[in-house]
Amino acid sequence: MTKKLAVLGLTPFALYVLLFLAIPSVLAITTGFFDKAGAFTLDNVGALFSPQILQTFLSSFWVSGVTAVIGAVVGALVCYALLGTRPDGPLRSTVNSASSVLAQFGGVMLAFAFIATIGVQGVITVWLKDAGFDIYGDGVWLYQVPGLLLPYLYFQVPLMVITFMPALEGLKPQWAEANSSLGGSRFTYWVRIAGPILLPSFLGSLLLLFANAFSSYATAAALISQGSQIVPLQIRSALISETVLGRANMAGALAFGMIVVMVVLMFGYSLLQSRTARWQR
Amino acid sequence: MSGARVDARGTAPRARTGAPRVGAAPSRLTRTIILSLVGLVFAIPIVAMIQFTFRDGLSGSYTLSHWTGLTDPAVNTKYAPLVTALGNSGVLVVVTVLLVLVLLLPTMVLVELSFPRLRRVLEFVCIVPITVPAIVLVVGLVPVYSVVVKVTGSSIWSLGFAYGVTVLPYAYRAIQANLGTVDVITLSEAARSLGAGWATVLFRVILPNLRRGMLAAAFISVAVVLGEFTIASLLNRVNLQTALVLISKSDPYVAVIFSLLALGFAFVLLLLIGRLSTVGVGRRKN
Repeated sequence: MTKKLAVLGLTPFALYVLLFLAIPSVLAITTGFFDKAGAFTLDNVGALFSPQILQTFLSSFWVSGVTAVIGAVVGALVCYALLGTRPDGPLRSTVNSASSVLAQFGGVMLAFAFIATIGVQGVITVWLKDAGFDIYGDGVWLYQVPGLLLPYLYFQVPLMVITFMPALEGLKPQWAEANSSLGGSRFTYWVRIAGPILLPSFLGSLLLLFANAFSSYATAAALISQGSQIVPLQIRSALISETVLGRANMAGALAFGMIVVMVVLMFGYSLLQSRTARWQR
Repeated sequence: MSGARVDARGTAPRARTGAPRVGAAPSRLTRTIILSLVGLVFAIPIVAMIQFTFRDGLSGSYTLSHWTGLTDPAVNTKYAPLVTALGNSGVLVVVTVLLVLVLLLPTMVLVELSFPRLRRVLEFVCIVPITVPAIVLVVGLVPVYSVVVKVTGSSIWSLGFAYGVTVLPYAYRAIQANLGTVDVITLSEAARSLGAGWATVLFRVILPNLRRGMLAAAFISVAVVLGEFTIASLLNRVNLQTALVLISKSDPYVAVIFSLLALGFAFVLLLLIGRLSTVGVGRRKN
C-alpha cells in the first residue's frame, strides 16, 4: 500500500469526527459568544455570573462534591474488600459487570428505582412511616436537589470500583513482604507505603467522579421534570425555551461554562493519572 | 497468575495460626462485612422496583396483571409507542455498531500499521467525548442536525452518527485492549512476504486476531445506545429511554418493567464482555 492510499484510508474517520465531534463541540462552546443576529457579544457569558446562574453552578458543585467524596470512600472500601479474591472468579466478574451497568447505563432507570424506593409511596418511605418516621415530614425532597444525592451515589460508587480497582491491584505483594520483614506492622504498611502510593490515584478517581456527577443529565431530567436546579437542567430549559433570563444562545454560554469546569477537572485527572502510572509497571 | 492470588494463598495459613498477616488483602470477615453491607444497600432499589411491578395500584395488595398484560393483545395497543421506540433503538444500535466496525476499527488498524506517530492523536480524539459530555455536545448537535435532517430526512437512523461519537471512548478502549496484545506489524509483514494481498492480510490475518476486541466494542456500544437519553430527548427523537419517561407518566408499571429488562440485558452483555477477556487470557497462557 502506498502512503498516499493509506492517508486516503484515514479520511472517512477524520471527516466523521470533524462533522459529529469537532464541529458540534466548537459550536457548543462558541455560540454563547454570539447574539441572535450573529454579532459577537460577551453578554451571555457575563450572564453566567448572575446570581441565578451562579446558584445553579453552586448546586451542581454541591451535588457533585458530596456524591464524589462519599462515592470515592465507599467505592474504595469495596475495592479493598475485593482485594485477594480471584480476578477471574465469579464474584469479581459479577461485581465488575454490575458496576459497569450501574455506572454507565443507569440514567432514567435510576429515577424509577428511587421513586419506587423513597418516592411518596416508595417501599422504604411506607415502611419507615409505619415505624413512625416520616422522611417527608418537612416536604417531599426527592424531586429537589437533595433528592439527587442518593440516585447519584448509586452510580458514583460503582464508577469508583471500576476506576480505582486497577490501582489497588497494582500494589505489589513484595512491598508488603518487605514492610513486614523490616519489622513494619499492617498499620505502617497502609499509612507509610500503600497510602502514599494510592493517594494520587484516589484523588484522580475523586475528580473523575466529580466530573461524572457534574455532567450527568438523564437521572436528574427524569426525576426533576420542572425547573432547572442544576447546570445540565439549566441547559435543558435554555434549549427548550430558547431564552433564559431573556437571552438567546444562553445554552451555548452554559455549555461553555461546563466545558471550562470539565477541562480543569480532566486536566487534574490526567496529571494525577501520570503520577499513578509510575507504580503500575 | 496475579500477585494478589499468590499473596492471599501465602498469608492464609499464617492468619490461621494467629500471626499478623503480611499482605494488603483484608481478612475474610472484613471482606464479607463490607461486601454484604454495600451489596444489601445496592439491592434495595432494585428489589423495590421488582416489588413495584407487582403492586395493585395503591390498594396494598399484589397482582401479576402488569406482567401478564404485556402479552395481552388488547392491552398491547397501549404500548405501541414503546414498541416503536424499541424498534428505533434497534436501528440506532445497528448504525452505531456499524460505525464502530467500519470506521473506527479500520482506522485504528491503519494507524497501528502505517502511522504509529498518530496513535496518541487518535487516542486523544477518542477520549474527547469524556470531557465534552452529552449535555454539552447536544448544544452543538442541534444546529448540526438541523442541516443533517435536510440531507437524510427525519428518519431515526441519522441519530446513530451522534451515538457513534458517544460510544467512541468505550469502543476505542475495548479495541485498543486487544490491539495492544497483537503484533499487527509482524503479522502483516509475515503475511505479505508469503504473498498475501492487503485484503487477505486485513480479513484473514489481522481481524480474526481482533475478534475479542471487536465483540467487546460491539457489546458495549449496544449497552450505551440502549441506555442513551440525553441526546435523543433534547433533539426530540424517540428512543427506548425517552419513551420510557413518557410512558412512566401514564403507566409507571410498564416503564419499570421495561427498565428492569433493559438493565438485565445490559448486565448480561457486560458479563459476556468480562467472559471474553478472561477466555482470551486463558488461551494465551496455554
